[in-house]
Parts: sequence; structure tokens; C-alpha cells
Amino acid sequence: MRMMLLNVRASGDGAAAGGALLMGAHSRRRWHAVARQGGVVAIYVVAIAVTIVTLAPFAFTISASFKTLSEVLEWPPSFIPSRLTLDNYRAVWTVSPLFPRWLLNSALASAITVVTNVFFCSLAGYAFARLRFPGRDAIFLATLGTLMIPGQITLIPRYIIVHRLGLVDSLAGLVLPDVARVFGVFLMVQFIKAIPKELEEAAKIDGCSRFGTYVHVVLPLCRPVLAALTIFTFQGTWNDFTWPLIVLNSPENFTLALGLNYLRGQYYTFWHLVLTGSLFNIIPMLIIFLLFQRYFVQGISMSGLKG
Amino acid sequence: MRASPGGRPGTMWSRMAAGLRKESVSEAITGYLFVSPFLVTIGTFIFFAAVYAFYLSFHKYDLFSPPKFVGLANYRKLLTNTDFRIALRNVAVYTAGVVPTQTAVAIALAVLANQKLKLRGFFRSAYYVPCITSSVASSLIFMWLYYKQGIINYILSLLRLPSNIDWLGNPSTALPAIMTLVTWTTSAYFMVVFLAALQDIPTSVYEASKIDGASGWQTFWHVTLPLLRPSIFLVVVLGTIGCMQVFDQVYIMTRGGPLKSTMSIVYLVYTEAFGDLKFGYGAAMAFALFAVIFVLTLIQRKYLDIKIEY
Repeated sequence: MRMMLLNVRASGDGAAAGGALLMGAHSRRRWHAVARQGGVVAIYVVAIAVTIVTLAPFAFTISASFKTLSEVLEWPPSFIPSRLTLDNYRAVWTVSPLFPRWLLNSALASAITVVTNVFFCSLAGYAFARLRFPGRDAIFLATLGTLMIPGQITLIPRYIIVHRLGLVDSLAGLVLPDVARVFGVFLMVQFIKAIPKELEEAAKIDGCSRFGTYVHVVLPLCRPVLAALTIFTFQGTWNDFTWPLIVLNSPENFTLALGLNYLRGQYYTFWHLVLTGSLFNIIPMLIIFLLFQRYFVQGISMSGLKG
Repeated sequence: MRASPGGRPGTMWSRMAAGLRKESVSEAITGYLFVSPFLVTIGTFIFFAAVYAFYLSFHKYDLFSPPKFVGLANYRKLLTNTDFRIALRNVAVYTAGVVPTQTAVAIALAVLANQKLKLRGFFRSAYYVPCITSSVASSLIFMWLYYKQGIINYILSLLRLPSNIDWLGNPSTALPAIMTLVTWTTSAYFMVVFLAALQDIPTSVYEASKIDGASGWQTFWHVTLPLLRPSIFLVVVLGTIGCMQVFDQVYIMTRGGPLKSTMSIVYLVYTEAFGDLKFGYGAAMAFALFAVIFVLTLIQRKYLDIKIEY
């Protein structure tokens, strides 16, 4: 009898169950299961709805990149393009002959700031975390204090300094103020402090110089934080608008972000090309994000600050 | 975070005594050498720049003739400048709208992204994509979406809502339109901050709440939210600092218009300094904004900051 009841419970067949007590417990549990399932379904519905809100503008943009100008501006808007050609992607390069230059300028500026930040910030981070020199703690605290200075304060003097150096409207002027960022050093110090010292001491006993220890022992251990630093630095330079706007004057020196705004100003109504062009700005960043996304999260949670 | 980056105790005197040893001297030289490229950069472009900006704010300077001392004239001019007052009001409305919204959305997103869902990784990435998009790309895309015969009005017409709106061309809707765009782009960034904080809350806290018979909503309201308070403080402060300095979207989408309804302070600094070459006046404006941000941070610190120990 007991076996049978258990079997009934296990099979979940409510109609066949005997005994009022069992029946009550059974249906209550079933109700709970239904409610829990309902809750789970609701969470999925919300999660998917939010996904639509965050991704829809990109979906509309990708769709527009295949449309003709009249189709991009038609009412009611259509989601599926009437044809699937790469005309706009070709036109972006030909209608605006500077487009490849902008891509190249952005790539160069980003590559330079990534390399210099990875090198200078890790070097300084290692020194602040491990080496002893008079005034070290005071200097480090002072640099942390600069995180409180809003960027707009330094905008005008930055321009004047770069102007004095004769570097306005050049790649050098664009990257110079950003070759080493405070955030990067902060990130490196936090990370290096958490590495056990034994490996470095062993390297020292083996006769490694301090620079040798940094290159052969510390840097390889820092790979995850260097990946995070790479991504934040790339994003900062690749996406920047304000500083390039101020320091660059001639269209051939523009970065892609600046060029896109210029393109919109030049060909005010050519929305199909402006939107296609903006994908060239979004997609490289998206690829880097998808490849290294765990470092994004790591970087933010390690610091609680924006890069 | 500790104040001392090396973590080794040592007073100034003991370090100076140690400095007599040859080994320590070479270590100190190496240390200075290693930090020098970084220090030269931020020394020039942050430390010196900030001091120089302060100096300029008391001068008249157009880049070509030498700076001329004018005392407090630049600051006094600010008090009577109606554009500055309009910009201050716009930025206040903007910050008061965006900061609470993006903080609430970020908490909601973090709670959602922290659920045990299939495809959780996909959802988290999808929510973060607006955040990696440049201000230029998102502004251009939203300009097109906000177009009078654009997709946003079309969706509103499907919902039988008022839909013949020139979002960026109307002084009463342009600022809210930019606020919506910015909330869309930045919420996910702060989601990550809250997600990290949620994962730091020990499960024992939730178990205790469950034993006490609290519902899911009660647990969130009385347990989770209070424990998120340090992160809320951080997000509100960082959000306020960012919002007060809004520029890119204004420059790209509206140029401060229509009828100055979206004119922000940094936009005004930009036009004064780089448009009219009034660098001293621009610097004074930037410092006035800094003062406002500083006071707001102090107020937020008084009412929001709290330490939590488990």
C-alpha cells in the first residue's frame, strides 16, 4: 500500500491518488511547482524584453546598412530590407575618400596608447607595489587624488600644452596626453600586490636584474590584468570624441569617431551611409569585447571605477 | 584599499637610514626610473594642467597674446551670464533625471543578470553592448531613431500613443530624448558594479532571511538593497560626475539647441574656449562646474556613504 502511494506520488498522477491528506500535500506541491515555473517564465520574459531594448537599435542599424536612402527614411519603417547588397559598405569608402584614413588613424592611435599604457602603467605599477624609494607612498596617493579632477578642467590646458609643443592636428598630439593613465597604474598596483613575492625573490637570487624580473617574472603573471588594461585603453581611445574634436582640425587627420560626425555634417541626409559607417566604429569594439569579455567585468569589479 | 601600496611598514626615518645602504640606493633609482614615464605624463597633463587651468581662470588669454591678469572678473562675469544659468539649469534637470533612473535600472539589470538562467552569459553580454558603443555611434543611431518619421515614433503609433513628435527639434523633448539615450548607454556599466556587489553578499544572509519567512520581494527590499548601499553611493557619485560633464551627445545631436534647451556647461566651455578663444573665461567656467560637482559629492557622501561588514 505504501509502495503504491509512493509510486502514485512519484508518477505525479493526482487523480489516482488515494487519501485526503496525501492529496492535499500533493496538489499544494504541484501548485508551488506551477508558481515557480510561472516565476521562471516571467524572469525569462523580462530578460528577453531587456535584450530587445538593448539590441534593437543595433538590429535596426544593421538592417538600414542594406537599404537604399529612400528605404531608410520611408514611413512606415520596414525591418527587413528589400534587397541584400553591400552597396552601402562600398559607397562609404568611395563617397567619402577619407574613410580608410579615419579607420587607419583610429587604429594607429588606439594601438599606440595600448602599447604605451601596457608598458608604462605596468612598469610604474610594479615600482609602486614592490620597490622602495623615498616618497613612494605620497606620490602614489597624489596620483590617486587626480582621479577626482574632472576631465573638463584639464581640457583647456591640455590643448594649450599640445599647441605649445607644435603638435596640434597631429597623431602625436592626439595620443601624447594619454600614453599613461592613472586608472591603469591603479589597476596594476592592485593586481601586483596580490601576487606572492617568492617568485621574484627566486629570480633575484638567480641574478636577474630588476628590469629582468619585471619582464620575465612579473609581466607573465599579470596577463589577465594586462588584457583588461588593453581593452579599457583601446575602448578609451577608439571611442573618444571630445579630445580628437579639440586637437584635430584637418579631415585627413580625423579619427573614425570624429569622421563619422563630419560625414553626417557633410552629407546631412545620407543616413544610409552614416549608419553603415557607424557600424565600422561599433564592430571592432564588439569583437574585442566578445573575445575578452571576462576581463571587462574583472577590470570594473577590481576597481569599481571607469577606465 | 590601503594607503601604502607596498604594504611594508617603514617610517620616513628608517627608510632614510636604509637609504644609506648601496642596495637601497640602486632600488630607489630603479623605482624612480620605472615610475618616471607615467609621472611625467600625468604631471604634465593632469597636475600641471589643473594648476594652469586655475591660473588661467584669473586671466584673459587668447593663445596668441600673453595672459593678462583680470582678478575675479571671469568669475564675476559668470554670475551675470544668462547662458551659464540656462546651462546650469539644463545640467541640473539632466542629472536629476539620469542618475536615479540609471541607478535603479542598473540594480534591476544586476538582479536580473544574477538569476540562475540558461544563457545567462548571453544576457549579460547583450545588456553590456550599449556600453561599449561610442558616444558618436550611439548618438548618430538615436538621431535617426528619433527622426520625425523614424522608428521611435512608429513604435509609439503602433501603441496608439502621440507619435508625431520631432524629438530633437522640440525644446520640450530634446533634453529628455538625450537623457533617455544616455540612460540606455550607461546603465549596463553600473550593472557590472552592482553585479560584483551582489556576488559578494554571502548566501547565509539569504538563508537567514528565508528561515525568517521573508518573501522574495521583502528579501530584496530589506536585505539586498541595504547591503548594496556602498555600491549605490559609488554609482550615484560617479553617475553625477559623469552627468554634470555631458558634452558629446549635446554636440553631436543638438549643438545645445533648440532654443538652448540642451545647452550644457561643458558645451558652453567648449564654445567659449575653442570657438571664441576665451580660454581664461572657459577655465573659470570649468572651475565653477568643478565646485558644483565637489559640493554635490560631499552632500551625497553625507547621506549615502556607509561601511558594511558581514
